[in-house]
Amino acid sequence: MGDYVRQLPGHSADLARPTGTAQRLHLDLPLLGLLLALAAFGLVVLYSASGQDMGAVIRQGRFFLVGFMVMIVAAQISLQRFQRWGPWFYLGGIGLLVAVDIAGVGAKGAQRWLSVGGFRFQPSELMKLVVPMTVAWYLADRTLPPRFKYIMACLAIIALPAALILVQPDLGTALLIAASGLFVVFMAGLGWRYIVGAAVLACASAWPVWMYGLKDYQKQRILTLLSPESDKLGAGWNIIQSKTAIGSGGWDGKGWMKGTQSQLDFLPESHTDFIIAVLAEEWGLRGVIMLAGLYLLLLLRGFWIGLHARSSYGRLMAGSLTLTFFVYIFVNMGMVAGLLPVVGVPLPLVSAGGTSVVSLLAGFGLLMAVSTEQRMVAR
Amino acid sequence: MPQHIALKDPHREARIYSARTITAIFIVLGLMTVILARYYALQITEYETYRTQSERNRVQLQPLPPKRGLIYDRNGVLLADNRPSHLLSVVVERTPDLEYTLEELRKLVPVSESDLENFYDKKARRRPYEPVPLRFRLTEAERAILAVNRHRLPGVTVDAQLLRHYPQGALFSHAVGYVGRINEREAFELDASDYRGTFHVGKVGVEKYYEDTLHGDVGYQNVETNAHGRVLRVLERYDPTPGADLTLHLDIALQRTAYEALGEQRGAVVAMDPKSGGVMALVSTPGFDTNLFVNGISSADYSALRDSPDVPLFNRAVQGQYPPGSTIKPLMALAGLESGLVTPEYTVPDPGWYRLPGDSRRYRDWILKIRGTGHAPQVDLEMAVEESCDVYFYDLARRLTIDGMYEYLHPFGLGERSGIDTTNERRGVLPSTRWKRDHMNQPWYPGETLSAGIGQGYMLATPVQLAVAATALATKGRHFSPRLVKSVGGEAVPAPELAPVEATDEHWQVVQAAMREVVHGKRGSARRIAKGIEYEMAGKTGTAQVIGIAQGEIYREEEVAERHRNHGLFIAFAPYDDPTIAVAVIVENGGGSSAAYPIARQVIDTWLLGEDGATVAATGEAG
Repeated sequence: MGDYVRQLPGHSADLARPTGTAQRLHLDLPLLGLLLALAAFGLVVLYSASGQDMGAVIRQGRFFLVGFMVMIVAAQISLQRFQRWGPWFYLGGIGLLVAVDIAGVGAKGAQRWLSVGGFRFQPSELMKLVVPMTVAWYLADRTLPPRFKYIMACLAIIALPAALILVQPDLGTALLIAASGLFVVFMAGLGWRYIVGAAVLACASAWPVWMYGLKDYQKQRILTLLSPESDKLGAGWNIIQSKTAIGSGGWDGKGWMKGTQSQLDFLPESHTDFIIAVLAEEWGLRGVIMLAGLYLLLLLRGFWIGLHARSSYGRLMAGSLTLTFFVYIFVNMGMVAGLLPVVGVPLPLVSAGGTSVVSLLAGFGLLMAVSTEQRMVAR
Repeated sequence: MPQHIALKDPHREARIYSARTITAIFIVLGLMTVILARYYALQITEYETYRTQSERNRVQLQPLPPKRGLIYDRNGVLLADNRPSHLLSVVVERTPDLEYTLEELRKLVPVSESDLENFYDKKARRRPYEPVPLRFRLTEAERAILAVNRHRLPGVTVDAQLLRHYPQGALFSHAVGYVGRINEREAFELDASDYRGTFHVGKVGVEKYYEDTLHGDVGYQNVETNAHGRVLRVLERYDPTPGADLTLHLDIALQRTAYEALGEQRGAVVAMDPKSGGVMALVSTPGFDTNLFVNGISSADYSALRDSPDVPLFNRAVQGQYPPGSTIKPLMALAGLESGLVTPEYTVPDPGWYRLPGDSRRYRDWILKIRGTGHAPQVDLEMAVEESCDVYFYDLARRLTIDGMYEYLHPFGLGERSGIDTTNERRGVLPSTRWKRDHMNQPWYPGETLSAGIGQGYMLATPVQLAVAATALATKGRHFSPRLVKSVGGEAVPAPELAPVEATDEHWQVVQAAMREVVHGKRGSARRIAKGIEYEMAGKTGTAQVIGIAQGEIYREEEVAERHRNHGLFIAFAPYDDPTIAVAVIVENGGGSSAAYPIARQVIDTWLLGEDGATVAATGEAG
């Protein structure tokens, strides 16, 4: 059920000739290059942030290896297959989420994991890709911009897994999944009146949500954001230390492995969520701009791929993946600098942590599948 | 109704998508700019602030508390020492679950409720990663238990510190005093920078009076630490100045003799060196174990001390104000001679009572109830002192008048603080017309002069004041402000000399000789201690009435409740020819001076003959 393909006179619609190894492997070179650069930079920063722990770097390296392999595999799969499989994965995912809510295991009062024969995994990670895939599948065949009833259907598709995850409880992941699904709808042309209406609704519900919806520790995080000094030794400690780390980096930074805040253990979570503070302290504003630059190039490439996608599905997926990637960047960099309340969002492809790396690279694999599809069209 | 069939229009969709992409790119760029602006603000605009803060985290100024000076007696016996003690602390930031950790610790070592209270109090005021003490003075067994279990209790540390220890316990409790933990008020008053890292301060006694000397000066080191407080490098160090050691005039042999001689009785003994003003013994009983106070006395222990009717915390030697009774008679005698109102030959008839002209009231002599008459038909000065005749001194007092008495007795130091180098000294009372008007807004009545003349009435003196008076009698007028401390850090500290008591040498001789008769004379009021004595002692007995006896009544010791019995006093100096010790003794509710003078005999024996000097059995009734 492909889109109607229009051809301009003078071009032949032949299948792309594989013009190189990269293209034969369906890999998007610029994307690959940027991802490798990011991974390398991340490992360098991680070495310092983990306290010169080579073991941690090797572990992260292995995760990258796995992630890149998953990415390559994903890139081989044709986009149409993804489109067809989406809904099935969705149903399976819902089932798994229900299982987690009933019989899940976890720590600190959160049930997020399923334990199968000694192997543990988080179904919610899966849904981060599957939900946008499903929404995109739903909208791809329908007239866009989506009409009201389509929008409602999409909301239902999004709300179900989000609710199941919220119950775990895992507010952060639920919001992220909802966002990735909503990005699809946005890129499909969701009417501005709906967007404005939703914004108004959000503002109106802010007070009741604050009073009744938020748990104490969540309220505390917001209060700490506004005034970290009020609890210097407790909740405010992290933010005060990370701001100190960032600020004391200055323009030049203190030098690789010479960041006193991180090396002397003043900065908690220095190799995971707060790793950008290490980067800022050691590499200075220079380093931060460099990282932001890499990310921006990656994002622009993602948008470019989306613009040149051949199918609706491809466009929608590319847009959602790119915007979701941006959300990670924005929230992490923002929270570490004290702009947003502290939530457990890692800095993509730099923070230590395997799940995030593998799932992000899987997403990039999908993105590459989109770009492959595009290349098959003569220009 | 025609079905509205929408056809997919790829171009339109692509256009919508492009438009949305542009929007998305703008949003991304916009938010990215916000983020970078924030980082700019932190890293460029506020760079200095954060740079300073990260330095402050990294470099810590650690205080090095000075070692507190030791205290010795005159022979080098250690009276106050510093001993290593181990304390159990918790670094709250490193304990994943504080309540659980505390529970587990309580299973391993005893932790009292007050320990916990102090812990939570300090926890609220700590710096990040600063260990909070939970328990002090861990025993070796407790340290072992903790060492074995440390691995499963992260954040728990055992540190060593120096704690004050008093090897002699109750024997020197009032003289030396004690240190205790710095409380809120003291924290406010002390110079905070000088007391960093020090948790104890002198509370009473020599420990408090010489706090500055004993404390020394705090040192500092600039260290690089990580967030766990672990010192990585010492960048700079200023050594602390240890406190100076003090050597006291006190002699443990004398202290012990006095303490044991007082036994279960409440009282005080002060022994001084008349030639230097050094205090060789300062005892107040009951004493108490000063070690209890060092680390915060338990409320149970403290209540026991505070609520005891014998008030062990009260330093009777320095704070106790008693009517001196007949012990002032030698001073009165000197006053009489110097004023010319009496001569050694002058006599007074003594029927056993005295009457003021124009007054019917009879002021009795104590001997009246025993003999039924006075001491002798005529009493001269020597006999009046030797036998402690009240009538003679009633007469002298009347003629001297109270203000005349004040003029002659004041130079001995009565009514003024002696200036002894310890805390809480009281000044006693030397009455005069002006005193009475200032303090009681009343005129002076002639009858009151008579009781003042025999050391009763409003007159009050502390044992220290009596000892100082005794030294003046011993040296013929030369006396010093008493000093407990002999040398500071090896350097002698002489006692400041007070204005001498002026009198002719002849008059001093007369008074001294009369005092010798008190002990060695056939009718001396303290003749019982002359038995077996190996030197010549001069002294004066005193009995202070606690309650008034009505006219015509007889004081019967057995019938009066113990706390209403008379106090027994005695002052003395020896050897007679060249005195090297002067003593003042008071035994509260002892019944009379017979409770006091045997103690003086024992103390002076120890001083002159050594610790194995002869003991004297105390017998006899009130006298």
